[in-house]
Amino acid sequence: MKDLVGQLDRRGLLLGLAGAGALGALAAVGRAFAADKLVVGVIYVGPRDDYGYNQAQAQAAAALKKMPGLTVVEQEKVPETTDVQKTMGSMIEQDGATLLFPTSFGYFDPHILRMAEKYPKVRFAHCGGLWTEGKHPKNAGSYFGYIDECQYLNGVVAGHTTKTKKLGFIAAKPIPQVLRNINAFTMGARSIDPKITTQLIVTGDWALPVKEAEAANSLIDQGVDVVTCHVDSPKVVVETAERRSIFVCGYHADQSTLAPKGYLTGAEWSWTTPYTTHVKDAMAGKPMNNFMRGGLKDGFVKAGAYGRAVGDPARKSADAIKVHVMKGDFVIFKGPLKDNTGNTVIAAGTAHKQTDVVLEQMSYLVEGVIGKV
Amino acid sequence: MASDRSGPWRHAAEALVIPIAALAAAMVVFGLFMAALGQNPLEIYALIYQGAFASAFSWQNTLSRAAPLVLTALCVALPAQAGLMVIGGEGAVVLGGLVAAIVGHLLSGAAPTGVKAAMVLAGMAVGGIWIALAGALRQYRGVNETISSLLLTYVAVALFNHFVEGPLRDPTSLNKPSTAPIGDANMIGSLPGLDIHWGLVFGLVFCVAMHVLVRYTTYGFALRIVGGNPRAARLAGLPVARLVLTACALGGAAAGLAGAVEVAAVHGSANASLIAGYGYAGIVVAFIARQNPLAIVPVAVLVGGLSASGGMLQRRLDLPDATVLVLQGIAFMLILGSEALYGRLKPFRARAA
Repeated sequence: MKDLVGQLDRRGLLLGLAGAGALGALAAVGRAFAADKLVVGVIYVGPRDDYGYNQAQAQAAAALKKMPGLTVVEQEKVPETTDVQKTMGSMIEQDGATLLFPTSFGYFDPHILRMAEKYPKVRFAHCGGLWTEGKHPKNAGSYFGYIDECQYLNGVVAGHTTKTKKLGFIAAKPIPQVLRNINAFTMGARSIDPKITTQLIVTGDWALPVKEAEAANSLIDQGVDVVTCHVDSPKVVVETAERRSIFVCGYHADQSTLAPKGYLTGAEWSWTTPYTTHVKDAMAGKPMNNFMRGGLKDGFVKAGAYGRAVGDPARKSADAIKVHVMKGDFVIFKGPLKDNTGNTVIAAGTAHKQTDVVLEQMSYLVEGVIGKV
Repeated sequence: MASDRSGPWRHAAEALVIPIAALAAAMVVFGLFMAALGQNPLEIYALIYQGAFASAFSWQNTLSRAAPLVLTALCVALPAQAGLMVIGGEGAVVLGGLVAAIVGHLLSGAAPTGVKAAMVLAGMAVGGIWIALAGALRQYRGVNETISSLLLTYVAVALFNHFVEGPLRDPTSLNKPSTAPIGDANMIGSLPGLDIHWGLVFGLVFCVAMHVLVRYTTYGFALRIVGGNPRAARLAGLPVARLVLTACALGGAAAGLAGAVEVAAVHGSANASLIAGYGYAGIVVAFIARQNPLAIVPVAVLVGGLSASGGMLQRRLDLPDATVLVLQGIAFMLILGSEALYGRLKPFRARAA
């Protein structure tokens, strides 16, 4: 009996050693990617197929994969903790990445800033962060799009389509980026009919599917007949709208397949533009473009195709405005503009062009929005 | 008599061999699963090893992911000694972090060592009170502590969001609402020469201290008696309420410390990034460790390692994030299931004289 146990132990030990050897041999194969290729790392905070924020980024990553001389590595569902620092580190140390797209807003401070200092030769392109000259490292930068232009167009189409004159907006957090979208959407709609109001519901976080569905249902119960949103994944809102037979405008990515009947149009990102610019700069060894912004005419955002439910008058007005946006002479936020408590927020004669940084600090809801910041 | 003397060793060997065998079995099952999907299991194993343990970098990756889990697992394991199933560590984490951020900001300008100590202590105090609240509800009102601690987490997160996005919001934090920064001087920073923050050391010390407390003191003995049978403990004259509340408070203090360290070593202020689910991940770690404070350390390292190698699988093989969750699921089911084997395997059974 004792001998048998001894034998078992020895055999087990040998097996273990053999296994460890095989493992070591495989591990020694080491780095998986050719050294002469540019390795690009893309990091997402949620799933890549969320019909929303992350999918819009993943579409650009997919476009990069078609470029020659380039390897793309991706990692999804990375929280905004030291996890993302380690994920960036892994891409650099283990995959040899020299250009990173950590895409969630919360990655910037402190995570990207820290890693950019630690790895001065790696480029960190962040979505949305306010990169500041002199304050932040030169090998980090931010790209973002003026998607409020598309939200304005969404509003115009919604304004034509609504019968109840009540629109609904489901928002994650009352932060400047989101407020700007709510305001642009409402102003677009009210340019068609000033009687239109937008009922706002704030859920409190970026991905709360249950609350988003509840919000959509409660808006519909109040008589809202066009709904849109600014949350990480609009999927639930779009599906709820379709199920309750009202109309919906999309956000982030194309959600038209989720609502074939009620989908009007959408405000979509077109991140391929900034992604390719960064990749080309990195390949050519040019200094990093630290502050990239663009709207419809620069190809940073795009308006979704019109759905079946969009009538001719809506198409005509939206297309007419689009022409001006593309020309660059259309200003959304200009005075006189009142907020929804009656205060003048932009004086008559003042016009804030898209590039105006004041707009990135927006803290009010315009007249016509029912809700509080 | 000779066999009696080898008893403790046999138990120790049993407690090591069974979970390791279960883990090995899990790797085999996972390998078969991946093979069914057309992947090469050997390559997967190599990548898991490479991602989690093959180099100094991967070890640091693993350990820094394990650090918060060590502390949040204690929030489950300590009340469990007194027979309470507390799963609301997340609430203690976020409130501990919030209060640490407030204290850090209020005291900024004072001597950094004092500020750091105050932040850590404040985080522990708030976390302790929060979980003790669940313990008190159970002890004095008969409210199920599992449910109440879970619901208290929602209250904690709501309070956290209210303060961070409302009265305590730093007006310069535009699109990422945060409290005012504690200042670079007051940051706890990394372990010397490593890219792992001090939370890991705090966690290790906390685990060892709690192990000694539970195993080798009369307090710990009394606590385990309460956990075994509270009625008998009361009959024996033990201060059951005090024991239950202190066990909850100690657990909560561990989770509150995790939150304080997140603020003081990573974020520099309190914001929504703090709500990362560490409290929930700690529940699994504590259960796999069979509520043993010492066993929490290797289990947390294992979970940290799996999560580190999950990234590797995603990047090299284009597998979804869920892949490593499947492995975790298989491993945890088998490890928990293997508990049925204790005392049933021949080599570990007491030999008849």
